Amino acid sequence: MAAVQIKVNGQSHTVDVLPDTPLLWVLRDYLRLTGTKFGCGMAQCGACTVFFDGQPLRSCSMPVSGVGASEITTIEGLAGREADAVKTAWIAHDVPQCGYCQSGQIMSATALLKQIKRPSDRDIDLAMNGNLCRCATYVRIRSAIHDAAKLLEG
Amino acid sequence: MTHHDPGLTRRTALKGVAGLVIGFHLSLPAHGQSGSARPSGTDGVSAPFAPNAFIRIGTDDLVTVLIKHIEFGQGPFTGLATLAAEELDADWAQMRAEHAPSNLALYKNFLLGMQGTGGSSAIANSYDQMRKAGAAARAMLVRAAADRWNVAPSEIVVERGVLRHRATGREGRFGQFAEAAARLPVPDDAPLKEPASFRLIGREGAVKKLDVPEKTNGKAQFAIDNDAPAMLTVVVARPPRFGSKVASFDAAAARSIAGVADVKQLPTGIAVYAKGMWPALKGREALRIAWDDTAAEKRSSEQMIEDYRTLARTPGMTAAARGDVEAALAKAGKIIEAEFVFPYLAHAPMEPLDGFLQWDGQRARARFGCQLQTGDHNMIAAVLGLPLDRVEIETMLAGGSFGRRGQADSHLAAELAQAAKAIGPGHPIKLMWTREDDIRGGYYRPLYLHRLRGAVSGGKIVAWADRVVGQSIVKGTPYESMIIKDGIDPLSVEGASHIPYDIADFRCELHTTETAVPVLSWRSVGLTHSGYAVECFVDELLQAAGKDPVAGRLEMPGKSPRVAGVLRAVAALAGWSGPGPVDKRARGVAVVEAFGTYVAQIAEVSADGSGSPRVHKVWCAVDCGVAVNPDVIRAQMQGGIGFGLGHALFAEITIEAGRALQGNFDTYRSLRIDEMPEIEVAIVPSAEKPTGVGEPGVPPIGPAVANAMAALGLPRPRRLPMVRGTG
Repeated sequence: MAAVQIKVNGQSHTVDVLPDTPLLWVLRDYLRLTGTKFGCGMAQCGACTVFFDGQPLRSCSMPVSGVGASEITTIEGLAGREADAVKTAWIAHDVPQCGYCQSGQIMSATALLKQIKRPSDRDIDLAMNGNLCRCATYVRIRSAIHDAAKLLEG
Repeated sequence: MTHHDPGLTRRTALKGVAGLVIGFHLSLPAHGQSGSARPSGTDGVSAPFAPNAFIRIGTDDLVTVLIKHIEFGQGPFTGLATLAAEELDADWAQMRAEHAPSNLALYKNFLLGMQGTGGSSAIANSYDQMRKAGAAARAMLVRAAADRWNVAPSEIVVERGVLRHRATGREGRFGQFAEAAARLPVPDDAPLKEPASFRLIGREGAVKKLDVPEKTNGKAQFAIDNDAPAMLTVVVARPPRFGSKVASFDAAAARSIAGVADVKQLPTGIAVYAKGMWPALKGREALRIAWDDTAAEKRSSEQMIEDYRTLARTPGMTAAARGDVEAALAKAGKIIEAEFVFPYLAHAPMEPLDGFLQWDGQRARARFGCQLQTGDHNMIAAVLGLPLDRVEIETMLAGGSFGRRGQADSHLAAELAQAAKAIGPGHPIKLMWTREDDIRGGYYRPLYLHRLRGAVSGGKIVAWADRVVGQSIVKGTPYESMIIKDGIDPLSVEGASHIPYDIADFRCELHTTETAVPVLSWRSVGLTHSGYAVECFVDELLQAAGKDPVAGRLEMPGKSPRVAGVLRAVAALAGWSGPGPVDKRARGVAVVEAFGTYVAQIAEVSADGSGSPRVHKVWCAVDCGVAVNPDVIRAQMQGGIGFGLGHALFAEITIEAGRALQGNFDTYRSLRIDEMPEIEVAIVPSAEKPTGVGEPGVPPIGPAVANAMAALGLPRPRRLPMVRGTG
């Protein structure tokens, strides 16, 4: 076991964990931030997506010892214009079905809009392709991202 | 330890809030609920009004509807709350939903005969029951207001959660009359609205889904989010081969890992208990287990397919027969034959199986995504040796199911209770399956084979014979004697023994096979294979008869005009003018009835250089009777098409020497956003009784794509998935 310091949603935490513990399990089991979900454990599904210094990262495949001084943002701490627009559009389109993958979808969609103001369908394919939704809410994810982009312009 | 906000259940909001609780007497037996029980309707859908434990109205003006069907994305929270709110004349903003507790007397699913969710039955089962519950509550609120205002109840109008007496100008909200209403008798004859005056049911944009806001901010609580002081996370090492058992094990290395609390043998394998998921996983990896393979399945799925193929050449048990199909085939001269092979499929819900159980030796409380409450409740009580009333199940939101949580043998509930029992009382546990546990763990859609023979004559299909070969999902479960009749599991042949087309000489036979691979219902059940085989084969025969795929289907007078209705609707929506191809894109059609809901789809498809299909657009028409929530219906069609398409294109569990080769989404390929077609949905207007939409969107897409491929000049895929070996 080792004491590891990480910064999550603007707060510093020290956790006593096995150093190879994936960031996902530190967030869920030690910091009780359960909005970030476990889906595959091998960066295949995107349910565990968080921001790592503002960039989307699969937290299931990043050992906590590798986080260092980087800032982690989870769905619980997600804020800002793009995030607000994405959440508003998600609700307007009633995107979620079972909802389990949606934290990861919203993190990836927010990251996309931070990078590209008016994403094309191709941009959406590329940015969202790593986030599986077994309910296949993809049609609404796409429409909601387009609408969020419009909200940000307006 | 943090104790999370219970989120959607809103229990805190009701704490200490007095108010109207319609028939909410959980401690009483069923006949004690009220004197107002009505006999069931003869259609099997209508329910007795009492007991009616569905509505709570607080003095805070919130209306909470208790939902007896699990919410895992298909929409019962919103659907059933809509029904109650309609008759209550509530304001949608005051509506809340939470799962009902496990209580067979109060919350039986009339279509399943137990408390549980399945067969796309939530709306069909609850349509009358929830409306009556809402109407009774409304009548009691009106009566309470009439008493307080000293006016006649008939002079009070209710609109959007407000009661008004126009003549005196008095008005009040539900919450103000909740306490007084609670002291009144429950009426058994509160009138229901005429459909023409519906304000919520069937109205576009009238409701927003109740579970959505908390599914966009990380607050929605799933079983994986359970937490309790001193809780231990449990993972189980299960046999790698189906049918193997533990011979011996050495847990010394596992126990030496920091955070591992204990190791115990369970009936299903070796359980590692730890403070958190990571030490549990590391502990499991460090176990040394010798497996006893004596009873293990040794075959590969390829061998099973060969075995099934051989069986399909021999007569099976007769599931349905009309006329003399052999004579008709012989007379026709040319027999068209096709053999369809369907792989084992995992459900792979985004949230793998998991559950929480707290037990002090006297009482147990389980919290998980429970789909069949009655069976799971019985199982937990039996394993822990407790009476039923000392076991409580709190159903939680589940991260998908697609059939995976509806376990006839309650194996998750059993393992959860066994894991709690093995470590003893006073240790709250959270049992977790990993994705590999899920995908390699069996309980699949069974491997199936259909051998079809047919003939056409004079532009008509004159003979149809189907031999179905595969495992029963019911055999060996507690439901076997209820469902299997004369050796035929109707779920094995649904959609094959009765097809939407009248063919005079018709025969369907079944061979039920046995393997050590456990199998389960999978979204749309028997129609996952029968829908494909039948709709591909009818298309092939119509092609041989020189008919247009839509017109040819419409020419065969089926028993239900609703089949023709959705076919016409989808053809109109797509502007159908034949299969094409036009500009290298062709169209295919399919129509399937599932659980009383009729769905027709047209897929527009092109092929890449290797002949693999690319699906650009899908048009879908659905007739599910009265459309309660049009946008939920559209969402379920969209999702059902994506789910069905992903599996038809890519998904397969391959068994080698009794073990599943696939283990995660790298090899069990799932549809991704760039593979999702554009979709248009038309809801056919109907005044028929409402039926479900969770499953029926799935079956038509596979055959619609296959039939489009045939129109492109490619072979109609006879073995699924269409794109193999890409995992």
